[in-house]
Amino acid sequence: MIILEVKEITKRFGGLVALKDLSFKLRQGEILGIIGPNGAGKTTLFNVITSFHRPETGKIFFKGEDITELRPYQICRKGLARTFQITQPFANLTVLENVKIGAYNHIPSSREATDEALRILEAVGLIEKRNERATSLSIGHRKKLELAKAMATRPEVILLDEVVAGLNSREANDMIAYIHHIQKQGITILLIEHVMKAIMSLSNRIVVIHYGQKISEGKPEEVSKDPKVIEAYLGEEYILAKHQRS
Amino acid sequence: MSNIHQKTWNILLIVVLGGLILGLPLFLGKYYLHFFIMIFFFAFLGSAWNILGGYAGQFSFGHAAFFGTGVFTSTLLQIHAGVNPWIGMLLAGIAGMGLGLFIGFLSFRYGLRGPYFALAMLALAEMLKLIAIEWMTSRYPLGITIPLRGDSLLYFQFRDKVPYYYISFLMMAGALFLTRFIEVRKIGSYFKAIRENESAAEALGINVFRYKLIAMAISAFLTAVGGTFYSQYYLNIEEESAFGAGISIEILMGPIIGGAGTVFGPLLGAGILEFLSETTRNFLGGYSGVHLMIYGAVLVFVIIFLPHGIMGGLQETFRKITKGQTKT
Amino acid sequence: MNFPGLPLLLQSIVSGILMGGVYSLVAIGLTLIFGVMQIINFAHGSLMMLGMFTTYWLYVLMGVDPYLSLLFSIPICFVLGLLIERFLITPVLDAPAHNQLLLTLGLSLFIENLALFLWSPNFRTLDIPYLQTAVTVGTVMISFPKLVAFFFALLLTAFLYYFLKNTDLGKAIRAASMEREGALTVGINLRWVYCLAFGIGTACVGAAGTLSAPFFYVNPSVGGIFVITAYVVVVFGGMGNFIGALVGGLIIGVAESVGAAFFPGQLKKFIIYFIFILILLFKPEGIFGRRSE
Repeated sequence: MIILEVKEITKRFGGLVALKDLSFKLRQGEILGIIGPNGAGKTTLFNVITSFHRPETGKIFFKGEDITELRPYQICRKGLARTFQITQPFANLTVLENVKIGAYNHIPSSREATDEALRILEAVGLIEKRNERATSLSIGHRKKLELAKAMATRPEVILLDEVVAGLNSREANDMIAYIHHIQKQGITILLIEHVMKAIMSLSNRIVVIHYGQKISEGKPEEVSKDPKVIEAYLGEEYILAKHQRS
Repeated sequence: MSNIHQKTWNILLIVVLGGLILGLPLFLGKYYLHFFIMIFFFAFLGSAWNILGGYAGQFSFGHAAFFGTGVFTSTLLQIHAGVNPWIGMLLAGIAGMGLGLFIGFLSFRYGLRGPYFALAMLALAEMLKLIAIEWMTSRYPLGITIPLRGDSLLYFQFRDKVPYYYISFLMMAGALFLTRFIEVRKIGSYFKAIRENESAAEALGINVFRYKLIAMAISAFLTAVGGTFYSQYYLNIEEESAFGAGISIEILMGPIIGGAGTVFGPLLGAGILEFLSETTRNFLGGYSGVHLMIYGAVLVFVIIFLPHGIMGGLQETFRKITKGQTKT
Repeated sequence: MNFPGLPLLLQSIVSGILMGGVYSLVAIGLTLIFGVMQIINFAHGSLMMLGMFTTYWLYVLMGVDPYLSLLFSIPICFVLGLLIERFLITPVLDAPAHNQLLLTLGLSLFIENLALFLWSPNFRTLDIPYLQTAVTVGTVMISFPKLVAFFFALLLTAFLYYFLKNTDLGKAIRAASMEREGALTVGINLRWVYCLAFGIGTACVGAAGTLSAPFFYVNPSVGGIFVITAYVVVVFGGMGNFIGALVGGLIIGVAESVGAAFFPGQLKKFIIYFIFILILLFKPEGIFGRRSE
């Protein structure tokens, strides 16, 4: 079953075309990875799906319903949650309060929201930090908190924007394990990730975008052999190689 | 066991404090009664501001707009339509709320944030003041005086200050309870989420626009109710003390100094400010404006050294101490 | 509403342009500070009042000609601005915007009431015969001190414009106002630039104070009268927009003066606030600005 459909989306910023005629479908229960070189339009895509940006043309369907015109909070209430690439904690609140705010999405009572938040903090491994202020967290913990907040809204689909990037290898492995755990709960995942190893091992399917257009789609092993994909990444790898040398 | 202990202590504390506050007027002269009334009154107004500014993070520099609306609504209704001031108080609250929803709708719909919202509120209060001046100069050049009816609970007028003391105390206690009630519930968490990060709040399913309006409605309602108390306390009103920028500043000073976004911040702040203003008046009585000069200096000091107010500073120190203890 | 005749209308346009020059100078100081530091300076009016009092006391106590006192009020306000920036603004540069606003509010409360304490709320005026003279062109009467204020304001603005455009220091200030991080990467010492911008902004308003003292009254709360209009000018011209502040000052000056001819009493101020709120709501980038995403 198709749970989320992105249909012929075009998004411009002034003269710059960030997304061009982009379409793909997300099947219930899968992990779909979105990859593409820097500036390909991945984060813009998330912002369009969650209505933080309005597309010029095209539509977004969630469980068959057109959600293009909804406001961001309405999209979350429908069961489509997201994380932000640059983590957006409620800085002066405690970790527990942060996650509770997510839980209030479906729980009106404070006590039950606390219980739900504690359960999720336990699962992501932040339980010990529950009474600390969000500003005092390390990058790794902030990413976990970002994910915990989104999970607390009890989504059917979750959009994860670079939750592995910036973590050390132990944290990254924990995160990957947790993402698998999310999938086992029956939650569908749309994933943007810079760390290739992570996205290739996590994703059931992959969509490659370049300059806002879809250039390839398929299983991870198929996509990585696609000449168009290799060509798109060639430029970036070249730059990467140069950086490493200097 | 220790839980029950805690409860007995809390009850004892409330009884002792309550008794002290209720019994205080027996021992106090007129002067000190007025001093306490002003603390309760500004703690009440500060709490009203605190819900919008401290919790929901929408700093208003023009709460005099709501205050003055309250002052004029109940007074004019009383004089021209014979409406009882208690009913007038409720209607004043509703009028304030209506104004709040109107300006809130415009500001929040068009994304006015931070200092821009603060300035728009200031301009609104000034506009209302100009209207009031224009309207009053031909009709009531000396201000409006509420006709005296002697001691009357029904007409919200007393020769003695004691009843005002109790009324202002009840109003303040109500506002503090309401703040606490909001703080520990979903609505309070949502306010704080909006204050901390609007996009993140929206992404977690919070209707930011709606919750800002709710905060505005509560805050404006209470502030306008405070306006009616002011009218009934002084029984004489004019434009500057109703809509003036000075009132807007006094309303927000308490919570800022005591700690915005905390329940007791406005009370603490009001206490400190009244104390400062009374002491300076006693020592430098002849000079006008000295207490405002001190207010300014205190404000500068607090913003630089205690950006979250005194309560915020205390919480931070407390956090550090407890953290140190768990480590050792 | 009154309908004024043509001579009155002409008179109000001319007076408006002359006042507009002073508004521009006040607004340029404000917009410079905002552009560079993103701080709305609530104490701007109090600093203007200090400029006015400097001129007043220099004349009363030492007989210094009010226009000559520019030589004192500009450097005094400049140094005062530097000190305020260094000791009060620097600690809150990273604080939330509303806290910065509150800080400058506290500062203005302090300065204004200190002035009240020292100099009483009395209205004072400079009684110098040559300030009472006026030039008549046709039916229009042009007051001499307003004319001088206008030309000095334009001169100072032109000088400042040249400074920002053509000197290294000026370029550094402009760079910092366009992009904070960019300025950092090319090695501009932001702390110094902030200090300087605040100093220059304060010097501008101090000069405006001196220039207004000859045709206005002087008292501790006088600054507010000019600065509230200057806020409108700054928002109208676009926050941080230099040319916008200059043109905006002239436009608002004329609008206010012509408005006063149509609407007597308090209504003209009412209209200014009304415009202010409308621009904040619907065109926050200012009349001359473009919306940036």
